Amino acid sequence: MNPRRGRGSASLASGARRHGRGRLAILVLLALPGILVGQEEGVPAERALEGARSAPLRPVIVASKPFAESFLLAELFAQRLEAVGFAVDRRPGLGATEIAFQALRTGAIDLYPEYTGTGLTAILDLEPEGSADEVYALVARRFRDLYGVDWLPPLGFENSYAIAVRPRTADSLGLSTLSDLVAVAPRLVAGFSPDFIGRPDGLPGLVGAYAVEFSDTRPLLQSIKYEALVEGAVDLIDGYTTDGAIDRYGLVVLTDDADFFPPYEAAALLRPGLAAERPGVVSALVALSGRISEERMRSANRRVEVEGAPVVEVAADLLAELGLAGAGADPARARSRTTRGGTLAYLWASRHDTLRQTGRHLWLVGVALLAAILLAVPGGVLLARTPRVAEPVVRAVGVLQTLPSIALLAFMIPLLGIGVGPAIVALFLYALFPILRNTWSGIRDADPEAIDAAHALGMTHAQILLQVRLPLAAPVVMAGIRVSAVIAVGTATLAAFIGAGGLGDPIVAGLALSDERMILAGAIPAAVLALAVDAALSLVESAVRPRGLREE
Amino acid sequence: MTPDSVTSTALLQARDVHHAFGDVHALRGASLEVARGECVALVGESGSGKTTLLRCFNALVTPDAGDLRVRGEAIEAIDPVALRRSLGYVPQRGGLLPHWRVARNVALVPRLTGAPDPEAAAEVALARTGLPPAEYGDRWPRSLSGGQRQRVALARALAVEPDIILMDEPLGALDALARAELRRELGEVIRSSGTTVLLVTHDLEEAAILSDRIAVMKEGRILQVAPLEELRAHPADPYVTDLLSRGLPGRRG
Repeated sequence: MNPRRGRGSASLASGARRHGRGRLAILVLLALPGILVGQEEGVPAERALEGARSAPLRPVIVASKPFAESFLLAELFAQRLEAVGFAVDRRPGLGATEIAFQALRTGAIDLYPEYTGTGLTAILDLEPEGSADEVYALVARRFRDLYGVDWLPPLGFENSYAIAVRPRTADSLGLSTLSDLVAVAPRLVAGFSPDFIGRPDGLPGLVGAYAVEFSDTRPLLQSIKYEALVEGAVDLIDGYTTDGAIDRYGLVVLTDDADFFPPYEAAALLRPGLAAERPGVVSALVALSGRISEERMRSANRRVEVEGAPVVEVAADLLAELGLAGAGADPARARSRTTRGGTLAYLWASRHDTLRQTGRHLWLVGVALLAAILLAVPGGVLLARTPRVAEPVVRAVGVLQTLPSIALLAFMIPLLGIGVGPAIVALFLYALFPILRNTWSGIRDADPEAIDAAHALGMTHAQILLQVRLPLAAPVVMAGIRVSAVIAVGTATLAAFIGAGGLGDPIVAGLALSDERMILAGAIPAAVLALAVDAALSLVESAVRPRGLREE
Repeated sequence: MTPDSVTSTALLQARDVHHAFGDVHALRGASLEVARGECVALVGESGSGKTTLLRCFNALVTPDAGDLRVRGEAIEAIDPVALRRSLGYVPQRGGLLPHWRVARNVALVPRLTGAPDPEAAAEVALARTGLPPAEYGDRWPRSLSGGQRQRVALARALAVEPDIILMDEPLGALDALARAELRRELGEVIRSSGTTVLLVTHDLEEAAILSDRIAVMKEGRILQVAPLEELRAHPADPYVTDLLSRGLPGRRG
């Protein structure tokens, strides 16, 4: 997965559209956990806007997408705002463009860093063409007209696609521009990320614009692309112009001399109404516009991605370099990851965070699971009595299971904002199917001969249900609950993408910052939690198995 | 036939009963009377409608057409749940509730009807079927042999001492030894209690030993109802002779 700048979010959006027909059904299902959860942390659009008007001292909610540069820019914005006296609420790592933009549009967040090219292709769905200034002018106008969203002036650097080669390749073949590739491409093996291979502004467009044909094209994940290039497994790759790895390995980026790639200028994107309500935010952030060169950004990225420096620290240094630091910036206070040393030392040092995240994680799972049980167990009992509708209903609920979780989360932002609310609703929806299916089949298939005899001897339907079917189905129902619980513990790590917290927080941040220890600080407790929940519920499953059915 | 031919002592009566499950015509005008204290065995090949006819009498099947009476009363006029509680029922494979101990299983109907001491009734019934209550009352159905389970099922049917018991292949799932043993005890229980019994079976020998009369069924109709000797001497239909000469397909002891 390459969350970078949310390329591929166009397909995510169309995925949400494809499932639009289920919208009504989902809306109905949403009601239950919505009531249970309330809106404790999720900030729905209307309330956020009202809140801003009635309480001007409300913290500014600064979000980012889940990759290092976005983390860094958001932290930069946050520290800049704090420097001029604003309170800031950080929501880093919102999963990809669709989610971050939905959250912004609906006022669940106030601002996040975005790229003009992404706005053009992924959000507006337009053809990539025009100069950097033209594209900025176009997205600024269209976003204002369509969404009421404002682009602040660009920060000064572009983060575009970069076709990179090893320096020796560049030397020996005399490569400096993409046009130079045409003659030698049939001798080269390309390694591209899957979304680059598929996107019109990726490989297909590149082939069209430069008439290049490579001897072979291999799909490679973002995380291993640079190693594959340096090791010689491939001869060229797609990267991003500000990637720290370009510096680190001294790679040569071929100039896009035909201006094929759209400009990807970074800028702050503001929610509707923010500029009018809080002009101080605009003036504080505009001070950053045009100040960050590509070189400066690349070296900052390199510190974070390659050297493992804390985002807070690098952002503070960047602000200081620009002469914009203020009293508000206090790296020690923010979530600093300064601990050095091995994974175990890191896990120990972050144990308090882990405990808090585990608690939140269990809470998300617990509420969602309880709501799913309350709906799916009675639902399964009803279905067992109505064989005609049972199959289609169970199948329809099963379809929920196949919805990509990120798409489901993105789909719910307009309804529920970001945070705990939509996360619990999503977990609830995923938890329904195993419980519903097991209850239904457990009740339906409970010992038919015993039930026929009970019926023939004069037990009523209600007596048979309560005294025979339910006790006999209990272990099957419990097995469904157990499956749902384990799925929920796993899926809840994705809740971090919509700012709901839990053990996904360190995983998302660790993935974005290429910090394995941070990933493990979330992944290990999540795995342990899944095993523990599974073991605990398997004990419950044995306990509810009627004694007459146990092996003696 | 007319209703006038119904004898006043018949506890179970079926007149020209028709029933179809979708396209499958299980009963095509079946008529049968079982007198008080009598045991009638329904024999016939698989699919001849024996079980369907049996299940009409405890309202598990509501026939498409025909006249059904239990204790002289039209079945439509009887509350089906009350009717079922008043009839004993022994299915082929026991049908014991696996999550209840033997004593609780046997006490099922007395508890449903609110009888004064269901546990005592269960103990008496268990003892009648050759299972000492002290030894078997606390056992789980799963721990019993097939023959023991059928005894428990029989005890459950006897627990409220019903005047009518319906048995659907009560020995059908047992091996030869258990079958022979239980057949003897079943005969004693039937004869000693004076209970009216309608018994479905594949087994002519079983029918001959346990019943007073044998009702031969074919394709949803009853061809003849008579004791075995009379069926031999005066078959009403060539099929009856045929059936007696070759026996019936199915599990035999």
